[in-house]
Amino acid sequence: MCSVQVTAPMKINPKAPGISASLPAPIPAQLSTQAAAAPRHRVDAREDAPWVRFIVVAVAVAFMGLFVVLPLACVMTEAFAKGVAAYFAALTDPDTLAAITLTLLAAAISVVANVVFGVIAAWAIAKFDFSGKNLLIALIELPFSVSPVIAGLVFVLLFGLQGYFGGWLLAHHVKIIFALPAIALATIFVTFPFVVRELVPLMQEQGTEEEEAALSLGASGLTTFFRVTLPNIKWALLYGVLLCNARAMGEFGAVSVVSGHIRGQTLTMPLQVETLYDGYQITAAFAVASLLAQLAIVSLIVKVVLEARLERD
Amino acid sequence: MSTAAFLRRRTPSVIPGFGLTLGVTLLWLSLIVLIPLAGLFLKTTELTLAQFWTVITSRRVLHAFELSFGLSLAAAAVNLVFGPVVVWAVVRYRFPGRRLLDAIVDIPFALPTAVAGIALTALYAPSGWIGGLLAPLGVKVAFTPLGIFIALIFIGLPFVVRTVQPVLEDLDSQYEEAAASLGAGRWTTVRRVVLPTILPALLTGFALAFARAVGEYGSVIFIAGNLPNVSEIVPLLIVIRLQEFHYADATAIGAVMLVASFILLFLVNGLRRWSELRIGKRT
Repeated sequence: MCSVQVTAPMKINPKAPGISASLPAPIPAQLSTQAAAAPRHRVDAREDAPWVRFIVVAVAVAFMGLFVVLPLACVMTEAFAKGVAAYFAALTDPDTLAAITLTLLAAAISVVANVVFGVIAAWAIAKFDFSGKNLLIALIELPFSVSPVIAGLVFVLLFGLQGYFGGWLLAHHVKIIFALPAIALATIFVTFPFVVRELVPLMQEQGTEEEEAALSLGASGLTTFFRVTLPNIKWALLYGVLLCNARAMGEFGAVSVVSGHIRGQTLTMPLQVETLYDGYQITAAFAVASLLAQLAIVSLIVKVVLEARLERD
Repeated sequence: MSTAAFLRRRTPSVIPGFGLTLGVTLLWLSLIVLIPLAGLFLKTTELTLAQFWTVITSRRVLHAFELSFGLSLAAAAVNLVFGPVVVWAVVRYRFPGRRLLDAIVDIPFALPTAVAGIALTALYAPSGWIGGLLAPLGVKVAFTPLGIFIALIFIGLPFVVRTVQPVLEDLDSQYEEAAASLGAGRWTTVRRVVLPTILPALLTGFALAFARAVGEYGSVIFIAGNLPNVSEIVPLLIVIRLQEFHYADATAIGAVMLVASFILLFLVNGLRRWSELRIGKRT
């Protein structure tokens, strides 16, 4: 089994198409009548006592309520602490609007980059057999285990004033650090594995037979990809895009290091939240935060829908 | 395996584009991930060993490491206990709100860390919903290491749950039935049959939660208080050193962190292989 599947918490287990093969064979008629005739005394061995069930559910609900629901409820309450007018005033502030634009732009760049790379990399990994594949997968997943701050730091060391290319960039008036290019780069870095890791297990499972059939009928490589492969992977691709987009819009640490925190220019939404919060504009900070929280909730709902869809495929 | 055979196709295939797609993959991976990370190590070599040692053994840095690793371990341990309880409830029982409970497990993963950070701070500040309840008892959470601990529990939760959940879902009922039919009590069955099966997944989730917590920045810095030698985590110290233009210090600390995450990555991969073996034996 490919190790890509279990790395992060998002669960996605599209059931293998061959699952029906492992279903139990129909019970022979003789046996089943016997079973029906015999009174069943045995309860399900996996059944827990009612009080155990109650305690387990109560602890689970309490834990999740304390650590997940309360913070979320807190964001919404604080955002409207000064009323609806203040909420919308905070959201239509020019600096906040600039932050929203920058966030959308950075997320769009990282989604496009990761879709193109993700599909190409998944094609190489899933459709061919080569040595060093596991190492390649591990390297692609590397950004998941790197601290966001380090992800920002490496780009500062490359493109910052004291960095390797800092002098050259300054001489040629190219701005990377404290500008959109670095924000986009840092975002691409932290979202790097999202699309690939959704596509690889699925494409490996699907094999190459359909593509081989298309090719043998004279389709070109690109036609085969767009007409055969892409329809097969579109939901998984969308799923990867969803996760990538959610992370890209919410990324804080990596972007914070390379952004330079210029109000109205290099602040993404999470950084705008921080700037407002540090400036004691608490309600405004929570208003922007609530927008991000709503985005997270919408992403989760779409994710549940997509998972159902993937499960069906 | 000789170097020449490395990345060479093993079996011929009619599918086109092997060279092109693998080439683009390697190029893009190098540009975005490998070269920048290598740059960090290269920059570290500009320091002499003595300089490097002085930086990472300074009191403030050592304290930050102690705090980051200690609290991450503690927070992951809390999730190691409560994560399986959530998984058990969601997988084994049917109750109203079960699907919702399952869905919100991903919230710490989906919620931007800065949002989580200010929300937890507001909750646990002395004037907050929970902080207000604890203040009369003399317990301060926000702006102390205890606040960092809370934030790290929050962000680590989905890692344990989502790693253990598929394993428990796929666990064949026959083992528990066999144990029960042989006279084992329910608790014995869970402890001796279920637990060993999900143990590798539990430890994998624990390691993932720990790894994430060590590098966490956004959700921690708001609630931490960020006092040097008291409540200052390693990622924040890197950011501070960068803001002071002490690139060498930031680089040295960053290199240590990166090595730590590589070690954790190896550990996680090892655990995952163990987990697959364990499940493979069972099903």
